[in-house]
Amino acid sequence: MPRKRQTIRDHTAEANLFARRAMIAMLIVLLLISIVISNLYVLQIRQHEDYQTRSNGNRIKVLPIAPNRGLIYDRNGVLLAENRPVFSLELIPEQIDDLEGTITQLTELMGITEEEKENFFSNLRGQRRFKPVALRTQLTELEVARFSAHQHQFPGVGIEARLSRFYPYGDALTHVLGYVAKINKKDLQKIVEAGQEANYAATYDIGKLGIEKFHEEVLHGTVGYQQVEVNNQGRIIRTLNVDPPVPGRDIVLNIDIELQLAAQQALEGKRGTIVVTSPKTGGVLAMYSSPSYDPNLFVHGISRTNYSALLNSPDRPLINRATQGQYPPASTIKPHLAVLGLEQKVIDAKTTINDRGRYQLPNVDHVWRDWKKWGHGKVDVTKAIEVSCDTFYYDLAYQLGIDRISEAMSEFGFGDYTGIDLYEESDANMPSRGWKRARFNQPWYIGDTIPVGIGQSYWTATPIQLNQSINALINHGERFVPQILRGFMHDNGEISLEPLKTLRPIMVSEHKNWDLVLKAMYEVVNGKDGTARHAFSDTPYISAGKTGTAQLFTVGQDEEYEAEDVSERLRDNAMYVGFAPYSDPQVTVSLVVENAGGGSSNAAPIAREIMDFYFRHHEFPNRQAISATRSEGAE
Amino acid sequence: MKKSTLKANQSNFLQRIHIDAVLLLGLLTLMGVGMFVLYSASGQDFGQIKRQIARLGLALLVMLVMAQIPPMAYRRLSVYAYAAGLLMLLAVLLFGDMGKGAQRWLDLGVIRFQPSELMKLAVPMMVAWYISKFTLPPKTLPVFFGFVLVVAPTILIAKQPDLGTSLLIASSGIFAIFLAGMSWRLIGFVTLLGSAFLPILWFFLMKEYQKQRVLTFLNPESDPLGSGYHIIQSKIAIGSGGFEGKGWLQGTQSQLEFLPERHTDFIFSVFSEEFGFLGVLGLLAIYVFIIVRGLIIANRAQDAYSKLLAGSITLTFFVYVFVNMGMVSGLLPVVGVPLPLVSYGGTSMVTLMAGFGILMAIGTQKRFLSR
Repeated sequence: MPRKRQTIRDHTAEANLFARRAMIAMLIVLLLISIVISNLYVLQIRQHEDYQTRSNGNRIKVLPIAPNRGLIYDRNGVLLAENRPVFSLELIPEQIDDLEGTITQLTELMGITEEEKENFFSNLRGQRRFKPVALRTQLTELEVARFSAHQHQFPGVGIEARLSRFYPYGDALTHVLGYVAKINKKDLQKIVEAGQEANYAATYDIGKLGIEKFHEEVLHGTVGYQQVEVNNQGRIIRTLNVDPPVPGRDIVLNIDIELQLAAQQALEGKRGTIVVTSPKTGGVLAMYSSPSYDPNLFVHGISRTNYSALLNSPDRPLINRATQGQYPPASTIKPHLAVLGLEQKVIDAKTTINDRGRYQLPNVDHVWRDWKKWGHGKVDVTKAIEVSCDTFYYDLAYQLGIDRISEAMSEFGFGDYTGIDLYEESDANMPSRGWKRARFNQPWYIGDTIPVGIGQSYWTATPIQLNQSINALINHGERFVPQILRGFMHDNGEISLEPLKTLRPIMVSEHKNWDLVLKAMYEVVNGKDGTARHAFSDTPYISAGKTGTAQLFTVGQDEEYEAEDVSERLRDNAMYVGFAPYSDPQVTVSLVVENAGGGSSNAAPIAREIMDFYFRHHEFPNRQAISATRSEGAE
Repeated sequence: MKKSTLKANQSNFLQRIHIDAVLLLGLLTLMGVGMFVLYSASGQDFGQIKRQIARLGLALLVMLVMAQIPPMAYRRLSVYAYAAGLLMLLAVLLFGDMGKGAQRWLDLGVIRFQPSELMKLAVPMMVAWYISKFTLPPKTLPVFFGFVLVVAPTILIAKQPDLGTSLLIASSGIFAIFLAGMSWRLIGFVTLLGSAFLPILWFFLMKEYQKQRVLTFLNPESDPLGSGYHIIQSKIAIGSGGFEGKGWLQGTQSQLEFLPERHTDFIFSVFSEEFGFLGVLGLLAIYVFIIVRGLIIANRAQDAYSKLLAGSITLTFFVYVFVNMGMVSGLLPVVGVPLPLVSYGGTSMVTLMAGFGILMAIGTQKRFLSR
């Protein structure tokens, strides 16, 4: 650098210049500090609440708490579905120094399988280190005890209990109760659609079938919350506040578990179903579908092998035959048709035919046979029910025509859902002209009408429909929805009953027609030619009923039906509908035994077993007294 | 001279070891407050407190040593310190150690050394030395060469890359030139030139992560979980502190670790959250106290070199404060500048205290005049 000519320095001027510049610098410093302060003023005073909220949003997390599911009792207070603790062995990775070593030791102690280890390590990935991960679920009591004895050797390993559904009666109630299982994608979608997302935030299981599904809303309860303080990794530092969940309501069913078990026993080794209701309320006392399966298998996730075995079984255990089984009602609907014939004045109490075992329409070749080859001879409407004469009903159906039959039987509930509190229900089929046109694009032929008279042709019904329709007969046209739910159990053990659900009643001009038909059903059991006479001989109670034998196999025109010749699956379904006591009905039974043969020898005895069982445990009016009043009334 | 003998003795003792009592009081107060904040910000980690105390002890020792050196010696050393610093910066660029993705360290076998720290003092020394050779106010040419002396190391450090330090070094040199009396016309011209340089800086000199920081600064909410996370959490901490603060050790943002780097660059957020607006005003008062004392020392200095150097050191100290507070509260982009004497960390603290040592040397060692 070139050296400049040295001027004489004015030190005072330079000092003053520096002092001025220092003052300016100080002013700039103060200006910048006031900018910092005003910015902090905005953050800390003006926008304080906003940032306070965001700060709380950071640290406070609201965690949902699952409500305990409501319990299910039978009508006598017997527990049918309970919540049991299930135990799982859980590891908190953060608290374990040597994870591999610990698992090796646990394997020695508990016999952990390779599969369990694999699951554990795959669950471990992406999981916060302070969150517990399960190594084995559903520990047995023995395993719990064994681990507890050695717990001190395993820091960071513990047994966690969670409440889980358990059905103590296993396969006896599967089709009624259904079961709960882990919420899947489809369930979640429905929950979201119903706006119940928040309510299910902590819930693990959901009702998948039966009552568990139908009454899910009341059984589930309302979610609770706890406010916790968390750090930036989500670790809970402390609990600030708890808003406890509201447990689901405990419900009481109309089911009588003893009767249910009797029904199960009666159908052991058979395919079929029994429905027992109370005719005065429509309450379902028992409903068993055979074969059944253990619902507890589903609660913790059924294995693929077990599930496919159930799914592919030719006996179809998964369906509820009582509400989903669509059976030709066969002769069990003869009483209903008789009421219609009388009401429509197509017949009266004295109308008779001479049954030769064959029925033919004028100018038609087709022959409709009676089940009795040589016929019943001269029968009126009552006798036709007592002996289950087919020919009488062929002719009645012919005279009524399909339109009147279809309309009236729909009033009894055929072809429609009964409204029972189960989603697993079929409406079966009540045929009509319109139905046939829509289904087959064919006109209704007169020949289609004739077998409708004996509950065959296109007519199908579920056992619960049959039961409901018999109750309508008993109640002279008053109709109830069959209800499984009886009411709600309060903490003090009191029960508040659900109101009865009635349906549009069947209106008739002459009430004596009901009595005539019921009397005919009395004769089925008690008459000298009654089809259920043998099955119900010497009962201590008086019952009434109707047998049915549904053909599943069409016999050629000139052939005879030989049970031995047709394969087992095509043999007749044995059916029975009945009620007791006759004077003051308390139970209505409808049942089907698939491919068992004739109703009077294969279904009626089972109905008797059920009624016997029922009346062994319930009071009923004196037999003689009833017999007297009834015969007086009927004459 | 009506002071008690005891006080006089004390004063005499400090005077003898060239310590400015007022400045020391300010610094120790600040360090004391810093300890409390650090205890909270470290999550009650006594280990960190111990290490910080050790560092502060070392820094005070360095200050004491630096205070013993006569200002004239600093003046003579200026050129050599600057030349050595510049050479080492070049060496760092050529064979420096990588640390945290930046090339800042020079490994001298026994010790690792950050030449940029040396330059924090060498640059104002050099500029003060050069400018004070001329009569003040300086003409255009000296100002120009003064700027050349500033820009060279600034660019070398920015290339490491260490934006925070290069900013501090640039300001320390510019302060010296400004205090020397650079004409306002020139100031206007340089400001314009600087503005024109900004696009060049953006497109050719800044690294991608540095650009990202600036973009994040402009709109932190654009990426609240990524690059905007730090600043958002910091603002939440400061804002939620409110007027009185949440109380010592009660800051949820810091104690629950939502606040990143809470014991280093973001310690001011911890302080603001726990002590509130009131506490912040108190903290700023301590800083202003130190700065005012520094400027008084500068103003009382005997020669131009001492004045310029003392003023520059003081104002650079303020730049630390302003940039740190500005960046954690969203006024400035996040460049790694610690809160002086409060943030946890060693190197910059030693350099800062060395600067205060020089300041004390200037304030206490006078040749002929005495009052």
